Amino acid sequence: MAPQKNTAAIATYGDHEVIKPENKLRKYVSDTPFVPGEDDPVARAEAALAELSGEFGSMMDEECDRLDKERRAVLKQGFTKATTEKLFHAAHDIKGQAATFGYPAVASAADSLCRLIEYTPDATRIPSRLVDQHVDAVRAIYREYTRSDAQNLAGILSARLREVTDEFLIHENRNRPDILEQITGGPSIVPE
Amino acid sequence: MVRIDFNRLRFLVIDDNAHMRRILRTLLHGFGAREVYEAEDGAAGLEAFTHYIPDIIITDWAMPIFDGLELAQMIRQPGANANPYVAIIMLTGHSEKKRVTAARDAGVTEFLAKPISAKGLYQRIVNVVANPRPFIKTKTYFGPDRRRNVNASYVGTERRKGGKADLIRQTALLEKVRAPG
Repeated sequence: MAPQKNTAAIATYGDHEVIKPENKLRKYVSDTPFVPGEDDPVARAEAALAELSGEFGSMMDEECDRLDKERRAVLKQGFTKATTEKLFHAAHDIKGQAATFGYPAVASAADSLCRLIEYTPDATRIPSRLVDQHVDAVRAIYREYTRSDAQNLAGILSARLREVTDEFLIHENRNRPDILEQITGGPSIVPE
Repeated sequence: MVRIDFNRLRFLVIDDNAHMRRILRTLLHGFGAREVYEAEDGAAGLEAFTHYIPDIIITDWAMPIFDGLELAQMIRQPGANANPYVAIIMLTGHSEKKRVTAARDAGVTEFLAKPISAKGLYQRIVNVVANPRPFIKTKTYFGPDRRRNVNASYVGTERRKGGKADLIRQTALLEKVRAPG
């Protein structure tokens, strides 16, 4: 596709320029307000996602199998750069997607595993048992999701995993105050 | 709610996870978008950016070859490509302060933390289409203005030098305390 030329208004100051590029997208915005009953694009997108939701179970199956596969690779080959990254990404994807797939209670255990990997300065010191406990917890919470007490049990299990992980991380990072601050730091600053 | 003609916008979705690409495509088509291109890693994403010249890029952070942060830095090179001003929305499970700051400093326009929602994505798209921020170019940074708001109660030195920037007056805390009313 042929690139379109950019035009921009540039104001130069002492150590910086302020550039106002031509907003070529502005013409796609309509100032006409929505009227009640009109087709809402957000509702339409939510409906489209709901239609896809029949496949979320198999998507989650695949993500859990992937996590199990990467756990086995770590147990077999040890914490190499490649195996550690793959395990982290598998957990990270579950953390980000579980709620979208309809299993929000799975995300906390996956998040705890991400923290364990991300904040351990030397991955080879991560106890394999702790990795196993995380992976098994993620899979169990997902597998038992239809149980009436599943959410409650998932909360207890994830909180305990997080507690044990934090104890380990605080010990491993005892000489790294900046990292300790991140481990024990505040919540996300990203708006909802 | 702002109304946008989605069917004229061109999107590029870059994510190594096929499920997430499918979810994003579903949402964007749901909004009314027709042109949604996909790439599964940073390198393929850069190539697709050059080829398709999208209006909006939605990228993951953690990806093979090079990640979303590196991709943003490569795109934010004035004169190096067709549209260094392109809107970049970073969609990621990383939401810690240091990550958001790093994404901002790489030139990312909007940050959206997973889990994704139709409303959150729509709002970010509206922001970049209807209310784009000016770009700032310094020796070490090129990207959207990192100052989203003017903070009237800010106390401290003005770090931008020269011209109008020097005229920004910061009231000392002591003066504020002493000020009547």
